[in-house]
Amino acid sequence: MSVPVSILGTIPNPKVTHGSAVFKTVAVVGPPNAGKTTLFNRLTGLRQKVGNFAGVTVEHHIGSFRLDSGEEVSLIDLPGVYSLNPKSEDEKVTVDVLNGEMPGAERPDAIILVLDSNNLNRHLVLAGRVIALGLPTLVLLNMADELHKQGGQIDVLPLARQLGTAVALVSAATGEGLHAVANFLVATPQFPEPLELPIFGDPRRCREWAVRMGSEASYRRGATPEWTRRLDSIFLHKLWGGVIFAVVIVAVFQTIFSLGQPASDLLQRLLDQVAVLLTNVLPAGSMISSLLVNGVWKGAGSVLVFLPQILLLFLVIGILEDSGYLARAAVISDKVMAKVGLNGKSFIPLLSAYGCAVPAIMATRTIENKRDRIATILIAPFMTCSARLPVYTMVIAAFIPNRPVLGPVVGTRAVAMLSLYVLGFAMAVATAKALKSSVLRSKDVAFIMELPPYRWPLWKSLSLRLMDRANAFIFRAGTVILGVSILLWALTYLPMHNGQPPQIADSAISKIGHFIEPAIRPLGFNWKIGVGLLSSFAAREVIIATMGTLHGVDPESHAMALQQALKSDLTPAGAIALLVFFAFAMQCMSTMAVVRRETNSWKWPILQFLYMTTVAYVAAFVAYRVTLLYWS
Amino acid sequence: MVFNFMKHGVTQPGHTLCDLAVGESGILEDFNMPQSIAEHLMNLGFVPGLEVLVARSGPGGNPRVYRVDGTEVALRRDLSRCIAVRPLIDAEPEMR
Repeated sequence: MSVPVSILGTIPNPKVTHGSAVFKTVAVVGPPNAGKTTLFNRLTGLRQKVGNFAGVTVEHHIGSFRLDSGEEVSLIDLPGVYSLNPKSEDEKVTVDVLNGEMPGAERPDAIILVLDSNNLNRHLVLAGRVIALGLPTLVLLNMADELHKQGGQIDVLPLARQLGTAVALVSAATGEGLHAVANFLVATPQFPEPLELPIFGDPRRCREWAVRMGSEASYRRGATPEWTRRLDSIFLHKLWGGVIFAVVIVAVFQTIFSLGQPASDLLQRLLDQVAVLLTNVLPAGSMISSLLVNGVWKGAGSVLVFLPQILLLFLVIGILEDSGYLARAAVISDKVMAKVGLNGKSFIPLLSAYGCAVPAIMATRTIENKRDRIATILIAPFMTCSARLPVYTMVIAAFIPNRPVLGPVVGTRAVAMLSLYVLGFAMAVATAKALKSSVLRSKDVAFIMELPPYRWPLWKSLSLRLMDRANAFIFRAGTVILGVSILLWALTYLPMHNGQPPQIADSAISKIGHFIEPAIRPLGFNWKIGVGLLSSFAAREVIIATMGTLHGVDPESHAMALQQALKSDLTPAGAIALLVFFAFAMQCMSTMAVVRRETNSWKWPILQFLYMTTVAYVAAFVAYRVTLLYWS
Repeated sequence: MVFNFMKHGVTQPGHTLCDLAVGESGILEDFNMPQSIAEHLMNLGFVPGLEVLVARSGPGGNPRVYRVDGTEVALRRDLSRCIAVRPLIDAEPEMR
């Protein structure tokens, strides 16, 4: 289907996509839910990366679009904005970039403005503001497929004439009409005339202007899709809405554990086989072999095994988000969240925190109110993230005998695991309540949630986001955790004695462990657990690799499975204390780094660290003492 | 939870968005709330003079979903209580 592209009334041949680019940098701007990211993904594909402007917390993507001539044009995907009123941080970033006032970012040569063609009466107001900036602009009326399907229509030519810019009717989801982008990038730049613009301060007149622009172009909006209303009458139903919500949440976790665990196990087996291979290839007993196998490979491997679970979580949350259900979940959970002083928008980040606090904290950007956002950031790490899982699994399997509790399916171990989830959640709720009734009390907070129509998630958008997450996670494993593993290995290998590594009791790590032992003895931990704890402050799961390394080089426990070996370090009461400590403590450098980036200060991550670690220490002490009374 | 929109002006009871039942609609008139929140609502289509319909009520009756200018937006009652409307008595309950 041929779509007219108009550049000030002239219709260029749609096939003219050769010729050289006249713009080097083009900003992609648009309101939320207009399909801006889908368009950006379609145009740039894998040729994109995450960028951060200096001094702001707003994340954006930079990608490159390849013309037929082979030339590349750099596209900047700016945050979704409704207006260019620099009150919120997202809008300020957009305005600053467009005006060339963002330090470190070049002023774009042109703008691609993405609007939802089903919502032009609202979205054209933004067009007025963007065009007033005076940059060459291409206005893309997106979701043309939905507009046509729902009986709407628009003539682009009159609209282009009215706006004084190029206008095209496109669908980012199907790719329809997107040759307009290439045409725009090679055509002679048209600088829009200063429009006869409405007074921006008056929303009524702005809207009148938008409606007039639309009617000049014979704009008729399509009806809201019938099935969105039908689905909402089920998903937001007084009774069934809540039931379906609960089922969805359970299904999310079920998917992650039932599919993720076997995938992780498989990956673990593969990694172990490579380790065996490495040992065989490298000279036996040499320092380089020990470094590569025990330091590098086992350290990195202990983190890589979480990749399947983390990707699954993001896949499931991505599907929920792109389909539109997550917005409904926010509405349903709002009433409960209000009880702890938060609102439904905190629900999405807190759900993601069960996978990993890092993306969860990044997801708090949708919360407009700053105090609510900080409160959500502060409680997110209490949610049981996937890094705690292997620690819980290992300790529970080593110390808690599996006896049936509720029939043959639910045993003591499952109950123990569930209690740890509940424990973290309860502490998050208590903390939120305390914060919101004191330092982070906020007035005039409004819960305003736009409910987009339900849509099928696009595999391409989902997979690009998954790649993004996988990259971020592997990068973390590749740097922080690898560094810690190598450092730990070195500490067990030094000081050398006659060219031989020392006995574990004489090694540097043992000295450090014995040094901190007095501080952790009240919790029932010995020096080895102490070293494990120290290393786990880099990332929780590192404790497993550490305990593995410590016992691996210790001839007494060398041959034992780690679970057995752990029993020489901990009493049952100490094991309970360790579990409680992990439920509460802030042991994740990545989380602290992301909190610092998102709050733009060291104050919050440091306070959070001190608070969580104090809570963890006190709770572990109480757990140790109480368990000693009843189980010794 | 602390909520105090009322200091920005009292909306006459009986004429707020909150007072409309599900299926009823009204014409938006005025916002008694901080400017930033009012602007956000206007960006979403809540422009004075437009018709707004109470589309449905979420589980528990709060928040409720409103349909305005072709979009659906969920608002809590404490906010909808601060939006003045002129009720359209004869409004046909919209077909679902």
